[in-house]
Order: sequence, then structure tokens, then C-alpha cells
Amino acid sequence: MKKLIAALAAAAAVTLYSFAAGAQAYPERTITVVVPFSAGGPTDTVTRLVAEAMSKDLGQQVLVENVGGAGGTLGAKRVADAEPDGYTLLLYHIGMATSATLYRNLPYDTLNAFEYIGLVTEVPMTILAKKDMEADTLAELVDYAKANADKVTVANAGIGAASHLCGMLFMSAIGTPLVTVPYKGTGPAMTDLLGGQVDIMCDQTTNTTKQIQAGTVKAYAVTTPERLDVLPDVPTTAEGGLTGMEFGIWHGLYAPKGTQADIVDRLSKSLQVALKDENVAARFAELGTKPSSEPDATPEALKAKLESEIARWKPVIDAAGQYAD
Amino acid sequence: MDLFDNLSLGFSTATTLFNLGFCLMGVLLGTLIGVLPGIGPTATIAMLLPITFQIGDPVSSLIMLAGIYYGAQYGGSTTAILINLPGESSSAVTAIDGYQMARKGRAGAALAVAAIGSFFAGTVSTFLVALLAPPLTAIALQFGAAEYFSLMVVGLVSSVALAHGSIIKALAMVVLGLLLGLVGTDIYSGAPRFNLGIREYSDGLNFVAVAVGVFGIAEILRNLEDEHERTVLIKSVTGLMPTRDDWRRMVAPILRGTALGSALGILPGGGAILASFASYTVEKRVSKHPEEFGKGAIEGVAGPESANNAGAQTSFIPLLTLGIPANPVMALMIGAMIIQGIVPGPNVATEQPALFWGIIASMWIGNLMLIVLNLPLIGLWVKLLTIPYYVLFPIIMGFCSIGVYSVNSNVYDLYSVAFFGILGYALVKLRCEPAPLLLGFVLGPLLEENLRRAMIISRGDPSVFVTRPISATLLFIALAVLVVVFLPAVRKKREEVFVEES
Repeated sequence: MKKLIAALAAAAAVTLYSFAAGAQAYPERTITVVVPFSAGGPTDTVTRLVAEAMSKDLGQQVLVENVGGAGGTLGAKRVADAEPDGYTLLLYHIGMATSATLYRNLPYDTLNAFEYIGLVTEVPMTILAKKDMEADTLAELVDYAKANADKVTVANAGIGAASHLCGMLFMSAIGTPLVTVPYKGTGPAMTDLLGGQVDIMCDQTTNTTKQIQAGTVKAYAVTTPERLDVLPDVPTTAEGGLTGMEFGIWHGLYAPKGTQADIVDRLSKSLQVALKDENVAARFAELGTKPSSEPDATPEALKAKLESEIARWKPVIDAAGQYAD
Repeated sequence: MDLFDNLSLGFSTATTLFNLGFCLMGVLLGTLIGVLPGIGPTATIAMLLPITFQIGDPVSSLIMLAGIYYGAQYGGSTTAILINLPGESSSAVTAIDGYQMARKGRAGAALAVAAIGSFFAGTVSTFLVALLAPPLTAIALQFGAAEYFSLMVVGLVSSVALAHGSIIKALAMVVLGLLLGLVGTDIYSGAPRFNLGIREYSDGLNFVAVAVGVFGIAEILRNLEDEHERTVLIKSVTGLMPTRDDWRRMVAPILRGTALGSALGILPGGGAILASFASYTVEKRVSKHPEEFGKGAIEGVAGPESANNAGAQTSFIPLLTLGIPANPVMALMIGAMIIQGIVPGPNVATEQPALFWGIIASMWIGNLMLIVLNLPLIGLWVKLLTIPYYVLFPIIMGFCSIGVYSVNSNVYDLYSVAFFGILGYALVKLRCEPAPLLLGFVLGPLLEENLRRAMIISRGDPSVFVTRPISATLLFIALAVLVVVFLPAVRKKREEVFVEES
């Protein structure tokens, strides 16, 4: 009996020791960040830039794995089920909050399946119209849309996409439902806006900045509290007289529930370092966005953001009455 | 002349030793992954994105990635011809006659024709990109939902020509393909459709999985039937190079295929998919020997291969002039540019002339490298067929599984391969052709999406399809094709052509 207890104690001691040593040595191998969208898109690009900077700080490679499908929820599910050892992470945007309402049969519990590492960036949105739209200001656009509600078309990149959320918010802000035209992805939607096949679209600066600068589309407003450096001539929605339109496509970094606190802490520190990286800041600026501040790149800030955003979008989505499953 | 200056800037950028090296690396890698069954350029470029950080120079990275893309186009037709395994929708057409040529011992000629056709098409379409990119973009922007719908109608109406057996069976296969294309999510209502409650199927069935199943796995199963008739293994290969007669027969199809592919490749919403199918239809229609199609007609390889490569080159036009990707590979290229600090947009040609013209020049250099590489390699590829089946088949299955899984990291795609392999085998036994099924599967979702979008935009008024001139013209072409197929006098001739092989 004594022998057994001694053996157990020894085993426990060894386990504890290796546990502590393991945490000490973290990270000792390659870390994978799951992006729940296909490679090449804006979220993927944001992740690759941050992952590159984080691997410099962590001294281990940070790989990006694309697990696309079902509005990002397949990738989120993959990470929710992953070993909570700090080697599988998730970088997901605002969809983390909206899918909680958009999907009525989500296979994970959004608020209880993940540990929070921090906010990464919040990409502003821009309200655009085709080049030959008559309206010149946001107020004129709103008037025009209200007067022609049955024929003004609003493009989006599919249910749950940033452009879909923004379109819903725009219609709810002007109090008039318009004709929604979904596409499979931002590319075809933007092509049709350039060709004047549809009237209005609202999308992330990552997709729209270059088109606005080239004058191929008309820009009416940005959804940020202040004007953007890359688009100094585009007023904010508030300046244009539209309230309740302030929002951005925020991105957060998550780990599976049960990941040790010191690992989460290490990752959070690393994220903060990465967000101060010159290359990351410069690339983000070209896309019309900027890295999250140090207080935002923390578990607490991400948790608060997710909770408030779930509450914000639930009534908007329920009012639109459109779900993704 | 601006063009001359621009091209010389492009060539001086692309012909630095450094960039030539990356171009060579890209096309080599592209050829390799194209030859490995099931592994496509999308997964490869995604895996290589991190390396572009290390390369540092955006022009070099993009030259390499572009090389992978068109290298894969060359390589992909190799597996289609040798083992009836198309890696992409475009090479599904090449498989029809290319594989039959291989079974007759003419694999070398088929591979050579594919390479020569691709090179010619690549050269012409590269110059088209250089000369006419902006005006062509303006035309592409005229294509709205109504025009795409009508274009897809033309594609579907023409698709029966893909079959070389019973026309009823071909129609049945198109319809089955259309139905399979419904699996996924209704993009207008968000409602899941026919996904059996499996979330992994909520974005539809994976094209590569379906193609690998109905073509490749089915072919392997068929070959396992009889010890003595393993047609994948060709013992005697007669002549690696095309004969004088082949040359005579392939010139016109290559020219027509190049024209068709260049035109359709410009359309960002899936035009390029139609290019090789359309070319096959045209060749079969104008051929003096339509009865040879499906049994190893060299025109059936030359035309579609040229069309597919021309389309691959001109699909760079929307990317370079609008900053909008025409397909997933182009989306990856944009991702690579952004990582390098270049956000592509309509002004990329004026803001980054060295990059823009360097990539265009490298396309031609890449094509040249590919033909120089591929012609001597034909002998080697053909030798692969002499590998014993107990080694070759497991290798094919292994690579297919890796390739299919690498697209979305989704195990359900592997279940699809198994299911469609068995289905494909059943279809072979029923003498049904898989090519029309694949065309229906690819075009169905586009047809539905654009029909509904056109109706939403027109507020439910179906007259848009005939009042918009481009759409009306396309519908008229579809009607003309129908008339040709069903007019009694023509039908008599048709029956001679399509008579059931007995």
C-alpha cells in the first residue's frame, strides 16, 4: 500500500513538474492559427501579417490554417474542440458575435467555448454607390433611397458577411427596407457595383479603399467616429447625419476553453508586441485600418466586445428575420 | 508607343536572373502539383504564402505564384490524359478524348498537342492582356446577372454535345449534375438545402472531390474488374510526337480554342469555366469526323486545351485592371500582394508599372519555360503508365485524398470522393458519361444564382433577358444551337453521329 502511495505521489510530482516545465517552455513547437475563411481574403491577410510578427516574438513558427465554410463557424467549431494546449488558436472577426444569432443550431456555445486572447484590429466600413449615382452626399443618398425604396439595390457578399451586416444596419438606420442582392463573395459584388448593375454596397476598407481612390465608385461615408487617414475626403456617418451606423469589422484571437492562464497571458503579450510591429502597422494602414491598442489587445477587452456585440446584433438580425440555417 | 516601353519595362523586370529563377521554380512546382492527381494550385499557393514573406520582393513572389497557376494548368492535363483524372473543371474536357488517345497508345501525341496548344494560346492571350486589358475590362463590366444567366444557358444547351453516346443519357447526366449543384445553402434565403443536416456540406459539394470520384476512382474500379484488360497500363506507346496528319488537324482547333478561351476568360464570374466546354462543342460541331469525338479525336484535345490556357491568362485581366479576383487562385494572388504591401486596385498599372508589366512579361516567359520543360518530359510521364497497377493505384488514391483534403481541411470531402467514386463506377456500367454531369454541376449554381439575381434586380420582370442586348444575343445563340440539334434534317445526321456504340 505504502509503495502504491509513494508511486502515486512520485507520479503526481513528475506530472506537476513536467506541467510546470511545459508551461515554462511554451511555446516549444509550431502554433497553428485557424482562419475560418478561405486563403486570400481580408481576414486571412490580417491573420498572416499578425502571425508573422507573433512568430518573431514567440520564437516558434505560427502557421495559418484555412478552415472555411458555413460563415466561419466550421473553423470556430474546429478550435472549440481542439486540445486546449495553446497550439491551436482561432482568429475570427465580428462573425463570432453575429453567428450566435444567425445560426440557430450552432454546434458550440459562443460565450463558453473559448478563452480570449485579445482584439486584433477593427476594420472600418465604407458606404459606397455606383459611379453614376446622382446623389452626392450621404443625406442625398438616404433621400434617394427612401424615395425609390422599391428599386434601389444593396449588394452584399452573402449572409453573415460584413457587407450583409452593414447593409442591414444601413436599412435599419434609414428606417427603410431596400432591395437586397446577395452575391457569393465580395469580388462578384464589387464587380457588379463597378459595372453599375447594383446601386449601393457597404463594405470593409480592405476591399474598397483602392476603388474609392481610383474613383471607380462613389464613397459617401465611413462608419468610424473620425475620418480615416487614407480617405480624408470621405465624411463619417455622423457628419453625414446618420446615427447608429458606427461600427467596424473587429477581429479577435481566441484559444479553446481550458487553455492555461499563463499561456493565454503569454499569447496576449505576444499579440500586443505583434500589433506594434512596424510592418503590421504599415500594411494595416494601407488597408485603411490600424492595429488594436494595447488595452484592447487583452482578454478582458475581447470578452467585453464579444458580449456587447452579441447583444447589439441580435435585434438587428431578428428584425431582418433572415437566418443562415 | 507606350505599349513598347511598357513591354520592355516588363521584360527587363521579368528577365533578371532572380526573377527568372522564381519563374522557373513556379512553373516547375506548378507542373509537379498539376501532375499529382487531386492536388491543385489553390492549396499549393495557400501553403506557399508564408514563403512570400521571405522572398521580400513582391514582383518575384507574384511571378512565382503566377507560374504555379499556369504550370498547374499544363500539369493538370497530364493526369487527365494519362489516367482520366482531371484536377480542374477545364481539364475534365481534356480527359474525354485525351484519355481515349492514351488508351490507343497515343498518350505522347495527346500530351504534345496539349502542350503546343497551351503554349500558342498562352502567347496570344498574353499579348491580348498587354494590348487590350482596359477596353476588355469595360466589356466584362457590361455583364450583369441577366447576361451571365444567358451565357450559362448557352453552355448547358451546348453540353449535350459532350456526350458521345445516347443523347437522353447525356441530358440525364446534365440534370443530375444540376441537382448535385443544389446541395449547400440557398444564398438568397440562407436556407440549407440537401445537405443531410451535415454542416460540412453547407457550402456545397467540393468540385475536386466530385471530379476525382466520378472520373478517377471510377476508372480505377473499372480497371480492377479484369486482370487482363487494365487499360490504364499501356504497354506499347507509339510515337511521342504528333504526326504530320495530327499537325494538319490541330491547327484550326487551336486557333478557335484560343479565341474562345480569351473571350470567355475575361468574364470574372465563371466565364473561364465554360471555355474548354464551349471549345469542345464547337470542334465537334465543325469537325468532318464528329464520330471520332469521344474515341480519341485530336481536335478534342487541341481545342479545349488551348481554350483553357487562354482563359487562364485572360482571367488575370479583372485582377490587373479592377483589382478583383476572378477565381480562388486570383484571390490568393491578391492576398499575396497585400502581404507585400501592394493593395491591388484599378490603378495598379499606373502605380506599380514594373509589377504590372513584369507579371505580364513573366506569363509569356513562363509559358515558354513550360513548353521547353514539358515536351522532353512527355516521355517520362508516359513511362509512369508502365508502373504496375498495385503500385500506381494506391499512389493515385493516396494523392487524391491528400489533394482533396487540402482544399478545405474537411473530412466530409473525402466521404464525397468515396461516394462519387462508387456512383461514377455505376454510371460507367450504365454507359453514362461523367463529363456532362460535371458541367451541370459547375454551371447549375451559376445558372440559378444569376437567374434569381437578375429577377431580384428587375423586380420580377423576366423581360430583362431579352431587352438587354448582350443577353438577348446569347439567348438567340442558345436557340440556334437547339434548332441545330433538333431540326429534323440535321437530326438525321445527328443520329448517325451519336449512334449508340454497340
